[in-house]
Amino acid sequence: MQYRRKQDIHMSAVAINPLNRAVRFYEAPIGKKAVMAVTGVMLVGYVIGHLLGNLQIYSSDPQQINRYAAFLHNPSNALALWGVRLILLAAVVLHIVSSVQLWQQNREARPLRYYKKADVPTSYAARTMLWSGPIVAAFVIFHVLHLTTGSILPLHDIGPNMPDVRYNVVSGFQNYWVSGFYIFAMILLCMHLYHGLWSMFQSVGISHPRYTSKLKKGAAIVAILIAIGNCSIPIAVMAGLVTY
Amino acid sequence: MRIVLHIWRQANAAAAGRMVRYELPNVNTHMSFLEMLDILNEDLIGRGEDPVAFDHDCREGICGMCGCMVNGVAHGPLPGTTLCQLHMRHFKDGDELYLEPWRARAFPVVKDLVVDRSAFDRLIAAGGFISVATGSAPDGNAILVPKENADRSMDAAACIGCGACVAMCPNASASLFMGAKLAHLGLLPQGQPERDRRVMAMEAQANRELFGSCTNIGECEAVCPKDIKLEVIARMNRDFLHANWIGRGGLKGD
Ligand code: FES
Repeated sequence: MQYRRKQDIHMSAVAINPLNRAVRFYEAPIGKKAVMAVTGVMLVGYVIGHLLGNLQIYSSDPQQINRYAAFLHNPSNALALWGVRLILLAAVVLHIVSSVQLWQQNREARPLRYYKKADVPTSYAARTMLWSGPIVAAFVIFHVLHLTTGSILPLHDIGPNMPDVRYNVVSGFQNYWVSGFYIFAMILLCMHLYHGLWSMFQSVGISHPRYTSKLKKGAAIVAILIAIGNCSIPIAVMAGLVTY
Repeated sequence: MRIVLHIWRQANAAAAGRMVRYELPNVNTHMSFLEMLDILNEDLIGRGEDPVAFDHDCREGICGMCGCMVNGVAHGPLPGTTLCQLHMRHFKDGDELYLEPWRARAFPVVKDLVVDRSAFDRLIAAGGFISVATGSAPDGNAILVPKENADRSMDAAACIGCGACVAMCPNASASLFMGAKLAHLGLLPQGQPERDRRVMAMEAQANRELFGSCTNIGECEAVCPKDIKLEVIARMNRDFLHANWIGRGGLKGD
């Protein structure tokens, strides 16, 4: 076992083209799954951070969320903001491209369907990843068009680089169609995250009879909490609890 | 009891297949599933028809030859059981059963319910072995193996290579089979020297055979007649990541 403990990479490793190695790694389905797991972690991290930011709308100070938005949009933070946006975009692209490639390969692995096929233990979430994924992706585009670019409903600004988030959110969610779509997408996101959150551990090789069942429970709890947090905002607006 | 069977009939690999209905009016509850098929075949032969081709050998649940889908479940409804060990007492009078061969691009149908599983043999030939020096037998217990590892290795070695995992997987992936072989060998000291090379070679071969890949669904684990656990797939993933990024394959000597 000696050779497994020494993990330093020697100079000669550089001579064996690392790009080659990365390509070979990505070509393997297990490599693609690892890419999906790592990009998945990044995206979940963002979803949680985004939710925590959004929850400021419940602050007793109605201007709190607008101050937070002004801080993010402050030109001196532009570099960091665009850096994060580009990293997230890259993660989204990698996550989607690898999942589509795997899906295609997996579909071709069984050209003739079964006449009858039971889904023995399959969770609904696991079976519907291919539906929840694209719908959540479509939702993300809608969400950016709605609250970032203002292409769906006109957005208000307090000043330059100071969006009036509170007004934009409340006016948007007073529309039942918009709220309905947000809530629907968050339920799908919850299912996607439930399967994804524990799957990512399996994909990078973390599985243990003592911890995996707890991991699945933890994944369900985190996914449900994220959905509750996100759904609460349109519901609170429609119930008149959050106003402008 | 009366059993109605709908069986996939396909004359050869090139022919198109279809489901054909057969009715068995007198099935004894003590019969095994394969014995019921034997009765059907005797009847078909008596009528001058082509009997249903199905694979079998030991009929004791240990060789891995038998198996087909019964109402969409590999090896039928009883968990942890091969088709030959499934008995008709687990069915009800009047049940309609749909029998289909394992379906995967890597497992082409030979005839009726018989599929060609040599893709599994090629996976083993690619890396599912250990190289040993022949010669006089080594002393017993000269190589120490922790009890837990011996048990887990033995659990993985219970895999009989029947192919139910591939058949049940929505992606027709051979991950559970490969994971079982990799865990069986990789948990023992004798499996260490080729551990990195083994996972790389088997993974590459699985792609050449056009098996699908794992999406962590768990249907394989549910139908495995030997109760191989999903954990072996995580272990394979770990071995693969190790071989790619930390292992020394492809490096020049120190
Ligand atoms: S015939 Fe040998 S396992 Fe069923």
